[in-house]
Amino acid sequence: MSSATLTSTGVVPPGAEAAAPAAVAAPAEETRRARTSAGNPGVWWSGAIAALIWIAVGAVTRFIPNASIGFTEWNLTAEFGTGTALVGGLLLALAVIGPRLGAVAPVRGSGPWLIALAALTAVWQLLTAKYAVLPAPFFAPPQALVEVYLDDYARLADSFWNSLKLLAHGFFLGAAIGFLTGVGMGWSRVVGYWVHPLVRFIGPIPPTALLPLAFFFSPSSYAAAVFLIALATGFPVAVLTWSGVASVNRNYYDVARTMGASEWFLVLRVAIPAALPQVFVGLFMGLGGAFSVLVVAEMMGVKSGLGWYLTWAQGWASYTNMYAALIIMALLCSGLITLLFGVRDRVLSWQKGTLKW
Amino acid sequence: MVSAVIERKREHEAPAADKAGVVGSHIDIRGVSHRFDLKEGPLPVLDDVSLDVKPGEFVALLGPSGCGKSTLLRLVAGLEPPSDGSIRQDGRSITRPDPSRIVVFQDPTLFPWRTVWDNVALGLQARGVLSRERSRVDEALSLVGLSEFAKTHPHQLSGGMAQRVALARAIVNEPSLLVLDEPLGKLDSLTRLAMQSELVSMWQRTGFTVLLVTHDVEEALFLAQRVVVFSERPAKIKADFEVDLPYPRHRGSPRLAELRHHALGLLGLDATW
Repeated sequence: MSSATLTSTGVVPPGAEAAAPAAVAAPAEETRRARTSAGNPGVWWSGAIAALIWIAVGAVTRFIPNASIGFTEWNLTAEFGTGTALVGGLLLALAVIGPRLGAVAPVRGSGPWLIALAALTAVWQLLTAKYAVLPAPFFAPPQALVEVYLDDYARLADSFWNSLKLLAHGFFLGAAIGFLTGVGMGWSRVVGYWVHPLVRFIGPIPPTALLPLAFFFSPSSYAAAVFLIALATGFPVAVLTWSGVASVNRNYYDVARTMGASEWFLVLRVAIPAALPQVFVGLFMGLGGAFSVLVVAEMMGVKSGLGWYLTWAQGWASYTNMYAALIIMALLCSGLITLLFGVRDRVLSWQKGTLKW
Repeated sequence: MVSAVIERKREHEAPAADKAGVVGSHIDIRGVSHRFDLKEGPLPVLDDVSLDVKPGEFVALLGPSGCGKSTLLRLVAGLEPPSDGSIRQDGRSITRPDPSRIVVFQDPTLFPWRTVWDNVALGLQARGVLSRERSRVDEALSLVGLSEFAKTHPHQLSGGMAQRVALARAIVNEPSLLVLDEPLGKLDSLTRLAMQSELVSMWQRTGFTVLLVTHDVEEALFLAQRVVVFSERPAKIKADFEVDLPYPRHRGSPRLAELRHHALGLLGLDATW
C-alpha cells in the first residue's frame, strides 16, 4: 500500500508500473521453461529412481546373507549383486547425463516399468535366496537363472533353434492348409458340403488328444510333432478364412463381374483380399494354438526343443532350468506374435485404426 | 391401371454421332416380367415392361422405392436373367455381365484394400489389358478431378469423392451403356447438385447410353432426355415422356417446374404442387 502511494507520486501511473515487471518477467519465465525442455532437459527422474532401486537390489543381494536350508547353495550371489549395482550405476549415469546428450528419448516412457522391474527383482531376491519364503527346489533366485544361462547356453540355444524350426514347419503347413480349406469352403458349394462337417467334427478336438494317432500314422516322430502343431494352427485359420470369404460384400462380386472378371479373378482379387482381416485373426489364434501344443508335441520323439527341455528339466526336478527355459519360451512366443503383428500391419495397411501390439 | 407406352415425337435427337470414340448401345427391353422365388411363394417385381432406349440416350427410370426399378437394371446389366421376355443390346440378347455395360451402384463399393488408382484400374485388370492401357486409368481419374488422390485408400475419401472414383472406375471401361442405380442417393444435397452437373458433362463428352434409376423427380428431370415413370410393385411403365429442354439446364426454369408437376401427378404426389 505504501509503495503504491510512493510511486503514484512519480511520473509513471501506478497501473502501468504494476504491469511492467510482469511483462518483463513473463519472457524470462518462458525462456527458462524452454531451456529445461530443449536446451537443458534436466534429469530423467523415473530413470534415476529406477537406478537407485537397482543399486539397492545389488546391495540387498550382496550384503544380506543367503538363507541356508539343506544342501541348497546359490552360486553367483556376489556377482549378481555387483552386476545389478553396476547396471543401476549405468542407468543413473544415463538418467543424469543422457538428457543433455539427447539419448533418453526412446526409453523415457519405460521409466515406470524399470522401477517396477527393480522392485520385483528385490522382492524375488528376498523371498527366495534371502529368507526362503518360496523354498528350493521349487523356486530359484535370479542369480540361479543366470547360472543356468551361463552353464547350459549351448543346449538352450539348440533347443530354441529347434523349437523355432518345429513351430515354423507346423505353423506354415497348418496355416497353408487351413487357408486353402477355408477359401474352398467359403467359395465352392461342393467343397463346403463335404469339408464343412469334417471341420466341425474334427476341428474342435484338442490336437493333443490325437497324439497316439499322429504317432501311428506319421513316418517319423518329427513329422508327428509337425502334424500336431499344424492341426492346432489349421483349424482356427480354416474357420476364420471360411467365415471371411463367406461374408464378403456381395456387391464387390457384382462390381467385378460387370467389369468382365473371371471366376479366378473373383477368388484371388476379390474374395481373398476382402477376407484377409479375418484370416489374420485366424492366424493369431492359430499361432496361440501352436504354442500351446508345442510342449506336448516335443514330449515325444524329439531330442531338443524348449518344450523338450521343460519336460527334461522337470524329470530331474531342476526347476531352475525349467524357469530359465520358460523365460526363453516366453520371449520366443512374444517375438513371433510381434512378427505376425508386423506382417499384419504391412499387409493390412489399408485398414484404418488397426490395433498396435 | 393402364400401362401405356406413350408414343412420342422426338424433338431433339440423342447426341451420339459427334462423341469421342464411344458409340452408345441401343437397348431393347421387350415384354420383360420378373419374379423372385421366395419361401412364401413367387414375388412378382416386374410386369410386362417394354422400353426402347436409343443409342446415346439418357433415360431416367423414376418410381417409388422398392418398386423393382433396380431389378430391371440388374437384368439389363446381365447379373440375372429375366423370368420372361427379352433384353437386347444392339440386337444381341443379354445373357451375362459384360464390360460394355457398367453399373454404378448407390454405394460406391470401392475395394477398401486397393488404392484409388487400383480401384479405377479394376476393369482393365480383370480383362488383362491393364499393362497396355495404364494411361486410361490416369485419364479417367483426371476426368473426375481426383488425380492427386491416386495413392489414397478409400477410407480416406469423403462420400462424394468415393462416388466420383466409382464413376471413374466405370467410365475407364469405355462402356457403351452406363447403368446408374441411384448413384447420388446417399450424398449430401450440395455434393449431389455438383455431381449431377458432372454426370451430364461426362455423358456429353463421351457418348454412352445412360439408364438412371432414381426416386428423385428433380434429378430425373435435370439429367435425362426422357423420363420413364414406374408404378408400385410389380412395376409397370406408367408413363414415358420427353424432357424437351436443352443442356445445360437451369434448375429454376418454368418448364422444369411444369414437368415436375406432371411427374409428381403421375406418382400421385401432386397435391402439394
